Parts: sequence; C-alpha cells; structure tokens
Amino acid sequence: MAVVFYIPSYLRNFTEGRGRVPVDARAGTVGEALAELWALYPGVRDRVVDERGKLRQHVNVFVGDTNIRDARGFETVLVQGVEISIIPAVSGG
Amino acid sequence: MPQTRQISARDGDVVLLIGTMKGAFLLRSDKKRKRWEMGGPYFPGQTIYALAYDGRAGKRRLWAGIQSEHWGASVASSDDFGRTWLEPDTVPIRFPEASNDSLKRIWQILPGREEEPDTIYCGVEPAALFRSTDAGKTWQLARGLYDHPHRKQWQPGGGGLCLHTIVLDPRNRERMWIAISTGGVYRTDDGGVTWRPRNVGVSAEFLPDKYPEFGQCVHKVVSHPSKPDRLFLQNHWGLFRSDDGADSWKAIEKGVPTTFGFAMAMHPHDPSTVFNLPIEADMFRATPEGKLRVYRTKNGGGSWQPLSAGLPQKNAYECVLRDAMSTDRLKPAGVYFGTRSGKVYGSASDGNRWALVMDGLPPVTCVKVAQVAGAAAKPKPKRKPAKKAARKRR
Repeated sequence: MAVVFYIPSYLRNFTEGRGRVPVDARAGTVGEALAELWALYPGVRDRVVDERGKLRQHVNVFVGDTNIRDARGFETVLVQGVEISIIPAVSGG
Repeated sequence: MPQTRQISARDGDVVLLIGTMKGAFLLRSDKKRKRWEMGGPYFPGQTIYALAYDGRAGKRRLWAGIQSEHWGASVASSDDFGRTWLEPDTVPIRFPEASNDSLKRIWQILPGREEEPDTIYCGVEPAALFRSTDAGKTWQLARGLYDHPHRKQWQPGGGGLCLHTIVLDPRNRERMWIAISTGGVYRTDDGGVTWRPRNVGVSAEFLPDKYPEFGQCVHKVVSHPSKPDRLFLQNHWGLFRSDDGADSWKAIEKGVPTTFGFAMAMHPHDPSTVFNLPIEADMFRATPEGKLRVYRTKNGGGSWQPLSAGLPQKNAYECVLRDAMSTDRLKPAGVYFGTRSGKVYGSASDGNRWALVMDGLPPVTCVKVAQVAGAAAKPKPKRKPAKKAARKRR
C-alpha cells in the first residue's frame, strides 16, 4: 500500500532535500514502511533509531495523529494513503 | 537556521576549533594571534564535545563529534575548514548490535601517531575506545577494554560514563593510556588487547576506600611527546604526576588555591611546563574568589604560579571544562581556553599575558588548535656551519 513519510528539516540532509517521501510499501506496519524508507535513504535510519533499532528518545513517529508509542510501536498497522510523520519531540533548551 | 560564516585558512594560520553546547566555531588568526576571524556556527543546535585537526600526511582535515538531542551522535569531517562537512549516512562509530549499549556522545577524537597517518582514535560515552585504521571510514571497538571485568563497576560521573582522554606513547606503538570518568586511568602495553588500571596514588574522595585500584574520577591526563613516561593528571580533587608511565602517581599541589578542576594542557616545547585552571569545588564549580586565573608550573609540578594578566579578577565565576584548554606549537606558545559562559581567552606569550578572543558564544565544551601547514615554530637561524644545522634538523 502507498504511504507518505513527512521528513523534518534536519533529516532532509539525508533525503536529497525531500520533505515528503512516498513509499509504495508492501508494508502493513510502521516498521515495514520505515524499512522501505531506509532502503531509499539509509541516512535516515541511524537518526531515527539507535544501534539496537530502538526509536530514539526524543523522536516521535505519528501515523496520522497517533503517536506510535501510544499504539503498537513499530507494529502499528497502516491504512492506505496514511501519512507517517517523523517529528522531533519538544526538548532541549 | 542561522547563517554560517566561513573562514579561509591559509598557510601559517592558527585556527581554534571551538566546540559548544550549540554548535562548533572556528577562530582564525595569523601567527601573531592578535586578531581573530570567526567561522560558524557549524552544526547549529548540536552539542560538540570533541573536535580535532589532522594535519598528517598533507591532510587538512577537521573532525567533529556531533550530538543532537534528537538525532543521536555521529562523527563528521571537513577538508575545507568547515565549508563542507562529510557526515556518513550510517554512523560509523557504533556498538555491537548484541550489546545493550548505544553511542551517546563522542568525547575525544585523537589522530594517531605521525607514522600511522590513517589511524584515529575516538573515546566515547558509554565509556569505550574506538580505532580507525582507514582514515575514519570504518571504526573498530577496542574489545579488550569494552569487555574488561572492571566495566560493570565503572560509574557515570556528572557528565556521564565517558572515555574522555587518550594519550599515545609516541615511541611505543603498543602503549597508550586512556582515562574514564569514573573508572580511572588504564594502560595497554599490547596495542589495546589488554588493559591494566594505573591509579596507584590517585585518590577517590567520593568512595569509602580513598585509594582504590580503579574507580577514580580522573578529569584529564596530559604528557609531552619528548617524555612520554611522565604524565600529569587533573583529578576530581587532586593534581598528580607520574614519572613511570602511570605505574605510580604523586601529588603536585603546591601553590594552587584548590586541587579541583577539569582542564589541563601541556606546554608544546617544555615537558616540565603544564597549565591548569583550578575550580573551587565539585559543589561550586566556579573559579575561586571570583578570579579567573590559569596556573602554570614550570618545574614539573613542584610549584604552581597564577597567571592573571589580562584576565578578569573580579566577579569572574567561570568554569572551564576538561577539553576546553589547548596550546599551539608556536614560540612563544599560544594557550587558549573557553568558558561555560561562552568566552574564549588566548595568550600568545606562554600564558604570561591574556586577551579575550571571543565573547558571546554558547557554553564552550572544547577548545583545540589547528596549525595550518607552515605555522609550526621555525628553529632560529644558527650561526653554525650549514651542514651541522641540517643534520640537527633531520
């Protein structure tokens, strides 16, 4: 199914400047869609997850309006055409 | 994002590499070191605890350990003094997937010995040592240290459990020292396969056993390449010297107002001259009496004298972190340090007189020096026959 990733400004350094990246995913879950994104743009991976594949503490991934931490994480199920947003959390100083 | 200013470094220039909590900056001067031009911010918003310049084998490469609170830590390099940076897609410094660790911060980047120009070392948090032998393309974890049986007893200090100092023995490729907060000093004599704690005589005020085998909170270790078995150590309380390659340490505290501090820098030409910057206490991390003073020993720690000319001596409650003081290799030597309040001070006179180089930066975490080829001190002309002088230079 086709889904679209929203890419925040810093990560566009690794997506040839693209802020929206569609992936024609065989993906049924967020994790599978992210794997498709990382195949296209490998530099995104290490910024979103650590060496162990764990979502970085101050990075949020939303499916539509749902934070995947409040759903089933990388197992969160996708629906056709949904936007997946990678958004830095409010933090810092 | 802010506009990044660029510098053009030329042969003979001195460039200060300034890491801060909000990005990196470059300060360029000619060898007079009086007027400074600023480049940056590079990596705006990111924390830069480690910077290094690699001028070996004709390179002019900057290295930066970058850390975003959002996107994690990585390493980047520039061959054009910051105009462009190469940040690899895949973070090349990484813990094994089977481990429970992930890279949090790069604390130290150190180019290897002159005769191994593609070797670079990196100290990171959580405490570990990485080495690259292909000029930074790939990095290998030093397993002997990572798997050390002491590891589970190392404790994070205020800055985290970090390997922040790497000292190479220029004469012996098998020997090097590292320092961990809190773990203490470890030395390898077999190229990094095995590591032994080297902390005899170094105190640990925060433990019931004040002189444990390991577990000290060492803040910085320096040594001069001409005398690698003599090391100087700034501890979490205490100044120490070793004359036997860190097999044992003796206190060298005469003349300092306090033995707490972070920064320590070796004089580039004199193995008996060292600079440090005392901080009042761990519970009050500010310069004593509101006076910003560098202290210098010229006799290997036998005594320390304050250097205050040109530095504020009133209402100056500053703190200088462990990697925020460096020297250049000119004659007289340049000495530089940066404060947590965003000021950079410099001396072009071995520390005798100081001047404010830059103000208004984010909190400074790191100060390193690049001498662009041709900037090194040139020997004074000798009135001896040319043949003899030439032999000496070789």
